[in-house]
Amino acid sequence: MSSVATTEPAITTRGTRASIRGRLQDALPKIVLAPSFLITIIFVYGFILWTAYLSFTNSKTFPSYALTGTRAYERLWRWTFESDPPSSWYTSITNMAVFGFLYIGICLALGLFLAILLDQKIRGEGILRPIFLYPMALSFIVTGVAWKWFLDPGLGLEQTLHHFGWTSFHFDWIKNKDFVIYTVVIAGVWQASGFVMAMFLAGLRGIDGEIMKAAQIDGASTLQLYRRIIIPLLRPVFLSAFIVLAHMAIKSYDLVVALTSGGPGGSAWLPSNFMYEYTFKRNEMAVGSASAIIMLMTISAIIVPYLYSELKEKAR
Amino acid sequence: MRKFLTTTAIIALAVAGAGVSAHAADVKEVQMLHWWTSGGEAAALNVLKQDLSKEGFAWKDVPVAGGGGDAAMTALKAMVAAGTYPTASQMLGYTVLDYAQAGVMGDLTATAKKEGWDKSVPAALQKFSVYDGKWVAAPVNVHSVNWLWINKAVMEKIGGKQPKTFEDLIALLDKAKAAGVIPLALGGQNWQEATMFDSIVLSTGGPEFYKKAFNDLDEASLKSDTMKKSFDNLATIIKYVDPNFSGRDWNLATAMVIKGDALVQVMGDWAKGEFVAAKKKPDTDFLCYRFPGTDGSVIYNSDMFGMFNVPDDRKAAQVALATATLSKSFQSAFNVVKGSVPARTDVPDTDFDACGKKGIADLKAANEGGTLFGSLAQGYGAPPAIANAYKDVVSKFVHGQIKTSDEAVKQLVQAIDDAR
Amino acid sequence: MSSVTSSNATLTAASAAQLSQGNSARWIGRIAIYGLLLIFAVLYLMPLFVMLTTSFKTMDEIQNGNMLALPQAPTFDPWIKAWGETCVGLTCAGIKGYFWNSIKMVVPAVAISTIMGALNGYVLTKWRFPGHTLVFGLMLFACFIPFQSVLLPMATILGSLGRFGMTLQNATGLSFGFGNPTINLVFVHVVYGLGFTTLFFRNFYEAFPTELVRAAQVDGASFFQIFRRIMLPNSLPIIVVTVIYQFTNIWNDFLFASAYAGTGDSMPMTVALNNVVNTSTGVVEYNVNMAAAMIAAVPTLIVYILAGRYFVRGLMAGAVKG
Repeated sequence: MSSVATTEPAITTRGTRASIRGRLQDALPKIVLAPSFLITIIFVYGFILWTAYLSFTNSKTFPSYALTGTRAYERLWRWTFESDPPSSWYTSITNMAVFGFLYIGICLALGLFLAILLDQKIRGEGILRPIFLYPMALSFIVTGVAWKWFLDPGLGLEQTLHHFGWTSFHFDWIKNKDFVIYTVVIAGVWQASGFVMAMFLAGLRGIDGEIMKAAQIDGASTLQLYRRIIIPLLRPVFLSAFIVLAHMAIKSYDLVVALTSGGPGGSAWLPSNFMYEYTFKRNEMAVGSASAIIMLMTISAIIVPYLYSELKEKAR
Repeated sequence: MRKFLTTTAIIALAVAGAGVSAHAADVKEVQMLHWWTSGGEAAALNVLKQDLSKEGFAWKDVPVAGGGGDAAMTALKAMVAAGTYPTASQMLGYTVLDYAQAGVMGDLTATAKKEGWDKSVPAALQKFSVYDGKWVAAPVNVHSVNWLWINKAVMEKIGGKQPKTFEDLIALLDKAKAAGVIPLALGGQNWQEATMFDSIVLSTGGPEFYKKAFNDLDEASLKSDTMKKSFDNLATIIKYVDPNFSGRDWNLATAMVIKGDALVQVMGDWAKGEFVAAKKKPDTDFLCYRFPGTDGSVIYNSDMFGMFNVPDDRKAAQVALATATLSKSFQSAFNVVKGSVPARTDVPDTDFDACGKKGIADLKAANEGGTLFGSLAQGYGAPPAIANAYKDVVSKFVHGQIKTSDEAVKQLVQAIDDAR
Repeated sequence: MSSVTSSNATLTAASAAQLSQGNSARWIGRIAIYGLLLIFAVLYLMPLFVMLTTSFKTMDEIQNGNMLALPQAPTFDPWIKAWGETCVGLTCAGIKGYFWNSIKMVVPAVAISTIMGALNGYVLTKWRFPGHTLVFGLMLFACFIPFQSVLLPMATILGSLGRFGMTLQNATGLSFGFGNPTINLVFVHVVYGLGFTTLFFRNFYEAFPTELVRAAQVDGASFFQIFRRIMLPNSLPIIVVTVIYQFTNIWNDFLFASAYAGTGDSMPMTVALNNVVNTSTGVVEYNVNMAAAMIAAVPTLIVYILAGRYFVRGLMAGAVKG
């Protein structure tokens, strides 16, 4: 069926004449792929190596290329364990764990849920879809302000509800150093879940209707239909959505700054804020580079096994 | 074949030669990177643009707002890495020195001599705009940080007087609290808290202490009981903010004072710009006092135009920019709007309001008396790595992550050591 | 024959019984679905509601009134100001001039990265070669590089390319666009978008029946012919998703735009919007800011609405028979 891809190479050379034209035709796929691959190697992995190199130097405002040792890493290591009072690095990594888990998890669940709902031959799908999708269109520099008001106890939801009589309502998470990261989750989920929904919707629409009909004739209930057949068929979409969300979670610099200005005492920092601060504001490029490398290594530890299991299976 | 190639080569060279010689004329254009994008300051900077256009120079604006210059400085780093320097950029002290050390700044010493900057620009500022004997930046203004901004109506309602000591200030805040007004308008962002702490340290320890601790980074001073007492004082004054202060922007805090919801804000003199924009007048609607215990000293920061090492054909434009920036007329016009005082001590103060006049007089006195100190919170006391570590500690103390003054002192010393 | 008819009859009778029972369950189900969708729609629209109402209020109303209240004296002034009068740096002509800068950068970047992604996905799934998984994995992992780490090295390279371009220009009189800020941005966005576009297309084509490709090859179609005639026409949903993603990210990017194209006349929309909204001093005109933000989002929203028409079901139905 369409979910299982064959692994046979899809081409065989025509005839045994090793003509240049023939060889070119054979190599064409690789030639087409080559520029992208080369670009990635140079501009991504090359720069990663550059960043790694810098993390072993004494770079301050500008890159300096004299290797000086592991001081940046030593400092980060020390800061990892400073929890009372929490160092900025400690705050960043604990926040990343909380934020990453909640943001990705809730977006995936909510996106899938909304996509399934929308896929039920809804009238007005054309209106509902952009409603869920539009948050991603708006620059967070400004939507962050709207959320900041909304969540501010003195200006937003709490004040309005008090106005209407519900005076015991309290929602000052955004001012609370232990809860501010959850407000970042809320705003982040609002922004990205619509896109995840769109991805799942595209995936659902790509599933052959025949499979679903066949299963229904076999007597499968709707729940079983979804759980046993449709959701497993959506695995590639889960992979794509996960990667997009992980990328956005890592990139979430604006989200923190626009919404919380860093949070009370810097308690809303994410690693991207840490990296930006140290590289560009504090003129400590070595520390910033080291933090970037550590982040990348942490991400690999999570993503690479996931990728491996997903991609390996395909080559059954 | 050969003949064809040779002819082509000659033609190519001729075209190239023609192309090259066409670039010898001066480029009458000034490229300026800055973050003054709001109405008031943009209008002030526009004065410079017009002055320069009268001399025939075009202005190419490179505005990047945000974060008190963070986004602009990041963009500048990228431009410098790419080798496409702007003519000049708005920069703060240590950034100028860093770029000068990297060898990308220009040399304005000739202009400086001609215009007499050595004598008119305060020595403390020259520490940043002169590198290795060469002038690399033109200071635009001098802000000072140790001010109190008080709503006069509220002050009269509670029967308050100018506080002369820190205890007086606390008593005044008590009066405000009793009258149902928010005593202290503060925005809970780390730089605002640290800016206030600068004043508290100067007030608690005196000028010598401030200099030793926050400019020289003397460890004994940083560890001392005076520093502990400063943190104690900070803890005391924080009791007088409203519960919603966390994360508030500084201009919203100023708005609270302007409206009369709060009594006082401890902020730099850019706050005056807000009062002026709201059509308030000094001594009639608002009062500007030095933070109690800091009279006679000025904790300052300054905006400077760092001048880059541009190609020869752009140097004339750069000189024109620098000259215009430090001209007395521009210095007066710009600073009247901005709320700061001129970077030259010989500018007449006729156009300035009462607070401006006081600022100018204070600057002169501090410059001559050696009590002109760089603000650590604003990046003029020590390099950014240390300044930011300092802001972190102060903010954590204010928001409760650091619980005692002793712990705060310990963290401060450690953070500064780490960042050296 | 008759057995089929009779079994058909049994089927109809059974399903008829099920149908009448299932009808009320279906109704409840439909109400639940619509209800849930409505609740979520309201939640998602709340911030937009705040932004819209704020953009029609006067500053007085904003500072003194409730955030969620409707404007009492609605005015179009903030919108007019945002469009044509607000200050972006020293130029006070609103944000209208910067649209074109963004469009001429975004459209090529989206087009190029999407086509390249599609081709890459095609190669990686239908023309497999040894090591294809590793290549895909490497390109995929590239999605995670933090942009702040690449800002400076990319700037250095762009600078060198710019100088190279100048030399070329002086030597040949022709400009190849090196060093042009728009072209620089297009290049940067293509480079860092390739990981995602390849991911989307590769996963989509993974599920695409290879039988169709092989059938076409047997018929003598070449590499590009198969791509143009078979893969692309059936890729509409994923093209839509990719275009939405790339357009949004490139249109809203601030970091690269401010670093590589910050000069007044080539400034993209995001930098202009940032300059309007994030001014460090002065009165914050919330109404103008909200209006400006919404104006800035219009092209992206148009893309979303237009693209929505392609979320069609059944493109694959009937495509594979036996």
